[in-house]
Amino acid sequence: MGISDRFSGWRVLKEGLTGNKGWTPHWRDPEPKRDYDVVIVGGGGHGLATAYYLAKEHGLRNIAVLEKGYLGGGNVGRNTTIVRANYYLPGNSEFYSHSLKLWEGMEQDLNYNAMMSQRGILNVFHNDGQRDAAVRRANSIINQGDDAEILYRDQLKTLVPFLNYDNNRFPIMGALLQRRAGTARHDAVAWGFARGADQFGVDLIQNCEVTGIDVEGGKVVGVQTARGPIRAKKVALAAAGRSSQVAAMAGLTLPIESHVLQAFVTEGLKPVIDHVITFAEGHLYISQSDKGGLVFGSYLDFYSSYAARGNLPMQEYTMEAIAAMVPAVTKARLLRSWGGIMDMTPDGSPIIDHTPIEGLYLNAGWCYGGFKATPASGDCFAHLIATDRPHAAATRFKLDRFRSGYGLMDEEGTGAQHNLH
Amino acid sequence: MRITCPLCGARDRREFTYKGAALPVPALEAGVAEWDAHVHLRDNPAGPLEELWQHDMGCGAWLKVTRNTATHEMLGVALAQDAGLAIKEGQP
Amino acid sequence: MRISGKGLVSHNRTVNFSFNGKDYMGLEGDTLASALLANDVHLVGRSFKYHRPRGILTAGSEEPNALVSTGKGAARDPNIRATQQELFEGLAAQSQNCWPSVERDVMAVNDLAAPFLGAGFYYKTFMWPAPLWEKLYEPIIRRAAGLGALSGAANKDPYEKAFAFCDLLVIGSGPAGLMAALTAGRAGTDVILAEDDSRMGGRLLAEVEEIDGKPAHVWVAEGLAELEAMDNVRLMPRTAVTGVYDQGTYSALERVSHHLPPSQSLKTAHRPRECFWRVAAKASVLAAGAIERPIAFRNNDRPGIMMAGAVRAYLNRWGVAPGARITVFANNDDAHRTARDLVAEGVHVTAVIDSRHDAPDSGEFPVIKGAMICDSAGRQRLESVTIRSVNGEEKLQTDCLAVSGGWNPSVHLTCHMGARPEWNRELAAFLPKPDAVPGMVVAGAANGVFSTHGALQDGAQAAVTALAGMGTSVDAPPLPVASDAPYRISPLWAVPGKGRAWLDFQNDVTVKDVAQAARENFRSVEHMKRYTTQGMATDQGKNSNVAALAVLADATGRSIAETGVTTFRPPFVPTSIAAMGAGAEDQGFKPQRYLTSHKASLQRGAANIEVGLWYRASYFAKDGESTWRQSCDREVTMVRKAVGVCDVSTLGKIDIQGPDAAQLLDLAYTNLFSTLKLGRVRYGLMLREDGFVMDDGTTARLGENHYVMTTTTAAAGQVMAHLEYLTQVVRPDLDVRFTSVTDQWAQFSVAGPKARDLIDALVDEDVNGETFPFMACGAITVSGVAGRLFRISFSGEHAYEIAVPARYGDALYRLLLERADPFGGGPYGMEALNVLRIEKGFITHAEINGTVTAFDLGMQGLVSKKKSCWGKALSERDGLMDDDRMRLVGLKPVGAMQVLSAGAHLFDPDATVERVNDLGYVTSVGFSPTLGHMIGLAMLSGGPDRMGDTIRLVDHTRGIDTLCEVVNPVFFDPEGGRVRG
Repeated sequence: MGISDRFSGWRVLKEGLTGNKGWTPHWRDPEPKRDYDVVIVGGGGHGLATAYYLAKEHGLRNIAVLEKGYLGGGNVGRNTTIVRANYYLPGNSEFYSHSLKLWEGMEQDLNYNAMMSQRGILNVFHNDGQRDAAVRRANSIINQGDDAEILYRDQLKTLVPFLNYDNNRFPIMGALLQRRAGTARHDAVAWGFARGADQFGVDLIQNCEVTGIDVEGGKVVGVQTARGPIRAKKVALAAAGRSSQVAAMAGLTLPIESHVLQAFVTEGLKPVIDHVITFAEGHLYISQSDKGGLVFGSYLDFYSSYAARGNLPMQEYTMEAIAAMVPAVTKARLLRSWGGIMDMTPDGSPIIDHTPIEGLYLNAGWCYGGFKATPASGDCFAHLIATDRPHAAATRFKLDRFRSGYGLMDEEGTGAQHNLH
Repeated sequence: MRITCPLCGARDRREFTYKGAALPVPALEAGVAEWDAHVHLRDNPAGPLEELWQHDMGCGAWLKVTRNTATHEMLGVALAQDAGLAIKEGQP
Repeated sequence: MRISGKGLVSHNRTVNFSFNGKDYMGLEGDTLASALLANDVHLVGRSFKYHRPRGILTAGSEEPNALVSTGKGAARDPNIRATQQELFEGLAAQSQNCWPSVERDVMAVNDLAAPFLGAGFYYKTFMWPAPLWEKLYEPIIRRAAGLGALSGAANKDPYEKAFAFCDLLVIGSGPAGLMAALTAGRAGTDVILAEDDSRMGGRLLAEVEEIDGKPAHVWVAEGLAELEAMDNVRLMPRTAVTGVYDQGTYSALERVSHHLPPSQSLKTAHRPRECFWRVAAKASVLAAGAIERPIAFRNNDRPGIMMAGAVRAYLNRWGVAPGARITVFANNDDAHRTARDLVAEGVHVTAVIDSRHDAPDSGEFPVIKGAMICDSAGRQRLESVTIRSVNGEEKLQTDCLAVSGGWNPSVHLTCHMGARPEWNRELAAFLPKPDAVPGMVVAGAANGVFSTHGALQDGAQAAVTALAGMGTSVDAPPLPVASDAPYRISPLWAVPGKGRAWLDFQNDVTVKDVAQAARENFRSVEHMKRYTTQGMATDQGKNSNVAALAVLADATGRSIAETGVTTFRPPFVPTSIAAMGAGAEDQGFKPQRYLTSHKASLQRGAANIEVGLWYRASYFAKDGESTWRQSCDREVTMVRKAVGVCDVSTLGKIDIQGPDAAQLLDLAYTNLFSTLKLGRVRYGLMLREDGFVMDDGTTARLGENHYVMTTTTAAAGQVMAHLEYLTQVVRPDLDVRFTSVTDQWAQFSVAGPKARDLIDALVDEDVNGETFPFMACGAITVSGVAGRLFRISFSGEHAYEIAVPARYGDALYRLLLERADPFGGGPYGMEALNVLRIEKGFITHAEINGTVTAFDLGMQGLVSKKKSCWGKALSERDGLMDDDRMRLVGLKPVGAMQVLSAGAHLFDPDATVERVNDLGYVTSVGFSPTLGHMIGLAMLSGGPDRMGDTIRLVDHTRGIDTLCEVVNPVFFDPEGGRVRG
C-alpha cells in the first residue's frame, strides 16, 4: 500500500483541513477476469479474511472473491459483535485461541480500526452444576494458554452491581471471566479485510452470484456466475447461510441446517454495561456498543429459515431474560431487531476441510460462532487452500466426523439435532 | 408464526417444538451410513420443506408441516403418524 | 405562542409542568412539545455527535430531536419523545446528552472539530498505541455517545403483555383507517382499530378541512362515536403497531399510563406503564399515513426549523404558532397550506420559498418561485435564512422555518416480511409493494393516496378487499364529501452549496458524509448506511433515509430506484424491553415447581435450591451445625446407619399402558423390558438417535400391559417428547398409550438399614424380603390410602420408594419423618443424596452430559445384543467405541492435598499442564464421611485401563494441583450386599 493511503490520526487531520477531498476508495470494483488461481465464493468476513491471508501469508495474488450482494452483507454485518476464546473442547480450544491472538493484532496489521474492545466477557452461572461446568471450562481455557477467572457472587457484584442479585428466579452465583474477550465493530472487520485484500491485488467482485460449480473428472475447474463463467484452479466455499445451496451446485449434501438467529439493539444510552455478559439460565448475551445501544440476543428461533427475520416468541423470551437478569436496563427501548441465517451443524462446531471434489474446499457450519472466528477462519482456510494441509489450529474441523464419530465437538451436549446448539 | 394443528386449530408457534426435516426413519438395523444420512445430512432447501413439529404445549401431536423456509408460508399440516415416515420393516 | 381559542386543547384547563427545572404552564390536550412551543421554548436537546442545538422537528413518534427524560430515580424514562408525551400535572422533563445544561453544553466543542469527525473517521485512527483503545479512546467515545441515561436501578414499574384476536386489524385512524374501520365494523366483523397517537383522527386533527360539510375533527368524533357503540369494534389509542410477523401475527405497544401522573397510574390504579400486545388478525388494513421529509441545506438543523406539516399540526390541533415570523420552504403544493392556515390565524408569514418555477400563487402570502433556502443563522434558535433565487442570495429574518420536501408513505410495516417498497417517480416516493404481507391491504397516504377524498375511498375499498379475502362480502359504503386536491411535487433533496447540510439530524449525518462515503466506495446503500450511521438513530431514518439515498444516488450516478433502500425492521417505534419482557421480572422468568413436602421441609430447617424448575431441600441444618458440610455429613451417616427420607417426586414419571407397551420400552431402552417380570423394576438406559446417552432411570412393571417409567428430573420433558416421537412418527403401529404422571404422585425415598422396619410398620401390608425383594414393586396402602412401593435404591442402602397420590404427599412426608425419628433417622437433602450416589458410583447429569455413550460409562453391557434399539446404530460408530475416549472412573486423593475438585482436569503426573496433554476432567466430587476422605467421579481418557494409576489433578481456578488414584467408581459396598440385605 502506498504510504499516502495509510490511515492514521495525522491523515485524518490532514484530510480534515483540506475538505476531506483526498479520501480514496477502500477497495476497487474490478471487472472479473476469466481465470484465477483461487476463487472464493462469498464476500463475507470469512471469505474476505481468507483472501487476505492467502495473499499475505501464502503470496498468492491471482485471487477473486465473488459476492452475490455487497461485501460484508451476511452474518459479519448482522451479529452481536462478541469476540472470545472460551471454548473447552479440543478442536475449538486451539482454534478460538488462535483467533483471539489474531484479533489482538488485527487492527495494526490491517491498518483499520475495527474497535476491538477487550472489555471482558462474564459468563454468569446460577447453580452448582453450572459452576462445575464453568470451572471445567475455565481450566480448559487456561490449559490452552488463555485467560480465565472464576468470580463468585461478591466479586461479581463489585464488578457488575446492576444485575439482579436479590430477587432472581435463578440466583446469581458467580461468573467465568475472560478479560481478553470483548467486542469489535463488525462491519469494520469486513471492510478492513476487504481493503487489506484489495491492496494485495485481490479482485473483490460484488453483485456476482455464483450459479454453478464446474467439475471435470472429479476436479473443480471453475464457476458459473451472474457475470459469466470464471475458470479457477481452486474454488473455496465460504458462503455461510447459503452453504447448502452452494455445495449442492457441486453435488454435495452437507450436514447443515439453516436457522435464523435474531439479534437486537436498543436506542443509544449513556454507558451502563461495560462488559459482555452472558447468562447460563436463559442463554442471554448482552453488551453495550460504543454508540450506546444495548446489543443482545439469545437462542435461535429454532425452525429452519432463510428469511433473515424472526418471530415474536424468541424476541419476547430474550426480553424476558433481560427483565429477569438485568432489570436495571429494561427502560431501554428496542430500536431494531434483525435475523441472520446460521449454518447449524450436528455438533455445533464448524467445518474447514477438503471436499470429495479435488480443488473444492469448504468453510461452513459456523453456527453461532462465526464472527469471533473471522480472522482464524480466514487464516486456517487460506492455509488449507494454499498447502492442502490443515492449519495446526484447525485440524479437527472435519467434514466426515459425524459419520466416523471421531472428534465430535458438542460443547453444549445437546446432540445431533442441528437447532439445539 | 402460527401453525394450524389438525386437532386443535390455529395456534401460536410458541406452543410447538421443532425437530427438523421430516425424513423416513431407517430400520433400526440399518447401518451407520444410512443413519448418518438420516441424522446428520440435510437437503436444507430454501423453499418448501417437510418438517416435524410437536404440539407439545397443546395436544402433544407430532405434525408433519410443509413450510416454505424462505417465506415462512405454511403449505400444509398433517399428523405425523399418517405421514408414512415410520420404520417400514421388522420389529425393534 | 398560543392562539387563544384555537385548536383541540382545553383553553380553560391549565396544566403545570417543568422542563430542565423551570416551571411552565400548558393546556389539557397538549403534548410536551406543543406546550414548550406555546411557551416559546425551541431548544430541547443536543445532537449525538456534534452536540448541536436541537429543537422540535415533528409532531409525532418519528421525532428525532426533541428527546427528553422524564420521571425520577428508578422510574426515570430516557429518550421520551416530547412530541408524543402528553402533558400532565407535575410532569418534569429534562434535556439529554448535554452538560452542564442544554444551553451551555461543553461537548459542543465537537462541532468545531467536525472536519476531523466526518464519516467513518474512527476507522482510520485511534490504532496506536494499541492498548490506549480500551484505556483512553474508547471511554471518551462511549461517554460522548448515547442519548439519555438509565437510572442504574432496577425498573420497578409495572408492565404487561396480552394477546388479542380479531378479523381485521386497522392500523391508523386517519381518513383511510377510520373509513376502513367503519366499513368493517358496520359489516359486523371483529375489528381492532389501533392508533399510535393519543387521539384518533390522524391528519384530520391537524388540517383545516371539511368532510360532509363539517369540520374534519367533528366528522372524526362522529365516526368514533359510531365505532365505540359497536360491540365488535375495539378502539386502541396510544397503541403503535410495531411489527408484522408470520401468519397474521402483529405486535403492538400500548402506552397505557405515560400520560398520567405517577400518583394516578401504576400500582394505585392498577395500570401498567405499557402493555405489549400480540395480535392475531385474519387480515389487516395499513393506514399509517405518511411522514414528511426535510430538505437538506446548509445549517438546516437549527431549533426553529420544523416540518411544514408539523407547524400546521401545532397550529390547528394545539393552537400554537411556533414562531412570530414564519417562513415556508417547499417543493410541493401541500406545504402552502401551512402558510394559508397561519395567515388565517393572523400569524405573520414572511414568504413561501418554493423550489418549483410553477408553484401556485397566493393572494394571502408572498410566494417566491424557483428559489431555495441555502443557509440559516441563529445559534440556539433560528434568526434568519438565506434565500437563493435568480436574483442572487438574500437574507430573511425569521424565527421559524416550515420545511417540506414532500411526503414519504409509511410503508415500514409492509417491509417487515422482507418485501422492498417500489419507487414512484410521479410522487417522488417509495410505495408499498403490492401483496407485500399476506392479508394486508394498504390504504390512504401509506399507499400514496394523499387527498382526503382519496384516502376515504381507499380506506373503504381496503376494508372491502380485506374482508373479501376472509370470505366476507361487503358493499363499499357511501363516501362522505371531502377535498380531492392533487398532490403536486417536484423532487428536491439537497440544496447545492458549501457547508454542512443535515440529513440525519440526530446522528449528525450530512450530505458531505454521504458523498464522502460514495467517494470511498461505500456505494451500496447498506454500505453507506453502515459507514455514515445514516438512519441508525432512534427514528431509524424515518425522516431522513429517502433523502439520503437520493443524495447517494446522485453521488454515484444511479437512479433512486437502482440505489434501493435499506431494510425496514421491527419495531416500527422503539419498544421498551420491560414491555416485551413483562412478567419475567423477579421470580417470574420461569415457572416455580414446589414439592408437596416443601412446607414440611422448611419447618425442618431445609435450605432450598433450584433444580431445574423445582425447589428441593439441599440439606437440613440442625442446631449446632454451622456449615452445609456438617449437615450433609450427618445426613449421609444417618442413611448409612439408620434411615433417611428424601422427596424424589421431581423425577419424571410416565405411566405406560397397552398391549405394545413392552415393545415401546424395548425400542426406547438399550436393554430388554419385555422380559421384565410382573411386579419387578429394572434400571434402563436410553439413547438419543445419535447414539449418546439421553437418560437413565428405572421402569416398573405393574401389570401385564402396564409400566411406570421414571426419568431423571432434568430430562423428564425430553423423554416424554421422545416417547411421543417414537410412537407417533417411528412406530405409529404400536398399540400403546402413555401420559406424564409426575405431578400426580408424591414419591419418597426411604433408605437405610432401618428402612424396612419403618416401611413395614407404616404400610398396611407385610413388607419383607419375600414380598418385596430387591427390585420388586407393587401396590400397597398407607393408612388406607392406595399407593405404590418400589424396592429400589439410589444410595446403595436397603431402600424403598413409596408413592401416594400427590394430595397425600405432605401428610405422608410428615408421617415418614415422625416414624423415622425413633430409629435415629430423618430427612436428607440433595447434598447428602449426591454424596451417597457418588459413593456408589451412580451417575447423574453431571456425568450424562450429552456427550457420553454407554461405552464411556462402562455400561455397554446394558446394550442388549438380543435386539436393536433407538440410537444403537450410530452408537456403534468407530469413533464412539474407541478405547481412548474419556470414560468413567473413580478418583481418590493420594497427594499431600487431600482434595478433589469438580471441573478440574487430569494429566499424567510427569506431563506438563497444557491442553495437548489433557486426559479428562472431574465430573462430581464429595466428601465421604463413610470413607473419611473425598471421592470423585471423572471422565478419563482410556479410564478403565488406568485403574490404580496415579494421576495429576489440576484446578487453576481453585489453586489445586495434586495427585489422585484412579479407582473403581463404586467406592462403597461394591458387592451390593447392603442393598439386597
